[in-house]
Amino acid sequence: MLNFLLMRILTFVPTFFGVTIISFAFIRVLPGDPIVVMAGERGMSQERYDQLYHQLGFDKPVISQYFDYLVGVLQGDLGNSFVTKKPVWDEFFSLFPATLELSICAIVLAVVLGLPAGVIAAVNRGKFFDRLLMSSALIGYSMPIFWWALLLIIVFSGMAGLTPVSGRMSLMFYFDTPTGFMLIDSFLSGQKGAFVSAVKHLILPTVVLGTIPLAVIARQTRSAMLEVLSEDYIRTARAKGLPPLRVNGLHALRNAMIPVITVIGLMVGTLLAGAILTETIFSWPGIGKWMVDSIFRRDYPVVQGGLLLISVMVMIVNLTVDVLYGLINPRIRKT
Amino acid sequence: MALLEIRNLSVEFKTSSGSFRAVDGFETSLDAGEILGVVGESGSGKSVAFLALMGLLPWTATITADQLSFDGRDLRSISARERRRIIGKDMAMIFQEPMSSLNPCFTVGFQIKEALRRHLGLDARARQARAVELFEQVGIPAPEKRLSAFPHQLSGGMNQRVMIAMAISCKPKLLIADEPTTALDVTIQAQILELLTALQRDTGMALVLITHDMGVVAETAHKVSVQYAGQKVEQQPVADLFATPHHPYTAALLSALPERAVSRRLPTIPGVVPGQFDRPQGCLFSPRCAHVQDRCRTDPPPPGGPETGFARCHYPLNLTQEEKA
Repeated sequence: MLNFLLMRILTFVPTFFGVTIISFAFIRVLPGDPIVVMAGERGMSQERYDQLYHQLGFDKPVISQYFDYLVGVLQGDLGNSFVTKKPVWDEFFSLFPATLELSICAIVLAVVLGLPAGVIAAVNRGKFFDRLLMSSALIGYSMPIFWWALLLIIVFSGMAGLTPVSGRMSLMFYFDTPTGFMLIDSFLSGQKGAFVSAVKHLILPTVVLGTIPLAVIARQTRSAMLEVLSEDYIRTARAKGLPPLRVNGLHALRNAMIPVITVIGLMVGTLLAGAILTETIFSWPGIGKWMVDSIFRRDYPVVQGGLLLISVMVMIVNLTVDVLYGLINPRIRKT
Repeated sequence: MALLEIRNLSVEFKTSSGSFRAVDGFETSLDAGEILGVVGESGSGKSVAFLALMGLLPWTATITADQLSFDGRDLRSISARERRRIIGKDMAMIFQEPMSSLNPCFTVGFQIKEALRRHLGLDARARQARAVELFEQVGIPAPEKRLSAFPHQLSGGMNQRVMIAMAISCKPKLLIADEPTTALDVTIQAQILELLTALQRDTGMALVLITHDMGVVAETAHKVSVQYAGQKVEQQPVADLFATPHHPYTAALLSALPERAVSRRLPTIPGVVPGQFDRPQGCLFSPRCAHVQDRCRTDPPPPGGPETGFARCHYPLNLTQEEKA
C-alpha cells in the first residue's frame, strides 16, 4: 500500500509541471493586455506603460518569464495579484473555504440521497419506484442550473420566506472566522442564531449545486447495481438466506460502488474548481467567482496560481479515489 | 415421510416473446441420507427446478406445483422471510462456477461466518472456531490463514471447497450441488466428488447432484432422474438405470458413454433439445428418438409406473416378459 501511494505521488511531479505550463500559457494566449485593463478608462501615459511593462517583467522573453514564475512556484510564491496587490496564495485560501464548505455539503447531499435512490431503483427495476426515481434524475440532470436556482429562490426565499437570498451569513452577526468554514465559525462564535443563519444560507446553494451530482450518482449507481445483481455471488448470498437489505446493501452495493466512486471523484474535482453559476447567483464568495473575475481583469498571477492550486486539489482528490478503490476492491490492492 | 417431496413442479418464464416453460411437471422424492443424481443436457431444466425449490429464481419466473414440501413444511405457502430461515441452513446449494459464486469484495472467512451468524447466532469467537473446523473438514490446508484470503487469491478447486464449507456450515438436511465439478480440472473434479460423498456419508444429509456427466452419477448417486426438455423422462435406482434403461433417451445417453462404445465411432443423439418455438406436438423426444412410432408424434406420453422407471414413453424399452403382458 505504501509503495502504491509513493508511486502515485511520483506521478504528481510531471502532472504538476504540465499544469504550470498550461496555466502560464493559457492566460497569455487570451487577447488583451493586463496593463491596459489596469489603467481602465482613464488611460495611461506611454512612459508609465513602459515602466509597468518592465516592472511586471513583460519585456523579458516568454521562456524566461516562465522560469521566473516556476522558480517562484517551487519556493511557494505564486506572486501578487495585479489588482489587489495581495499574494495569490492568501487570496486563494481566504476564498477556498467557502467553496470547500459548499462543495462538501453538495457532494454529501448527492451521495446520501443518490446512492440509496440508485439502489432502490435497481432493486425495483421497471416498477413504479424505478420509473419515478429515474425520471426525476433525468429532470434534475437536464435542468439549467441558473433557472433551477432562480426557481428555488422565488419559492423558498420569495414566497415562503424561509431562506435568505444570498451570501453566507446574516448581517446581524459579526464574528471572527478562524477556519473560514461558516458552519464551524458561527458555531464557535457562540452567538445565538448565528449557526442557524449559516445553515439557512447554505441550504439553497447546496441543493442547487448538488442536483446534477445527485442525478448522475443515482443513475450510475442504478446501472452498476443492475449489473452486479445478476452476478453469481448475489445468488450465493441469497442462497445463504440473507435478508434483502444485506444482499442488496452490502454484497451488491460494495461491488457496485467501484464505478460509482470514479464518478464521485470526478464530481468532487469539478466542484472544487468552484461552481461559477451557483456562486454568482447566490453571491457566494468562493473561488469560482474569483477566477472568472480575474480572467476578465487579465490578472495573470491570480489565474496562473488559481489554476495551479485547483489542479493540485483535483490531484489530491484523484489520489484519494485511488486509495478508496483499493479499500473497496481487494482485487487491485496487491498489484 | 420423505424429506423432500416434489410433485408436478412447473416453472414458466415470462419473456418478451411469450412465456417459456423451463420445467414441465418435474417430480421426485428424496429421503434423508439419499443421493439423487439429476442428469440431462443443457437447457433440460434440471438447475431451474432446484433453483425454484430454493426460491432463487428471478421474479419473471412463475412456479406452480401440486406438492413442494421439505422437511414437513409446504414451501408453496411459506413467506419469503420464513424461507430465508430454511435456505442456507437446512437446505443449502452450491453452484457451477466457484470463481464467480463468491463475492470478490469480501474475504472467504467473512462470507462463511455470515451464514454462521445469521442461522446459528454464534459469537465472533465461536464463528472463527467453527469456520476453521469447516475448512479442515473440506480439506483446505492452513485454514486460519485461508480465512482471510479473498476469492481471487484461491484456485477454482479451493473456492469450490469454500462453497461446500459454506453450504454445510449449518449442517443442512439437504445439499443441492448444481454441476459442482463442471468448471474444474478433471483431477480436481474427482477430489470434489469424493469430498461431497464423504461429507454425505458422515453427516447423513440428503444430496442432490445435478450433472450432465453420467460417469459422475454412476459413481455417486443412489437413484437417478433423467431430465429432457424440462420433463423428467425416467427415474430409477442407479444400478437398474444403467442395466435396464426404459426410456429411449436414457438408453441413447448411456450408449454415448465412451466406456460403453461398441463401434469405433462414438454414437451420438442426432438433433438438439427443442427450444421455446420448436416444441414437438407429441413426445418431446420423438424427433430424435430411434424407436419413434406414429403415435409418438401426436400424443404426449404420460409418466409410466414404477415398473418402467416412470418413463414418459409409449413404448418403454427393456421390459421383462410379464411387464409387457
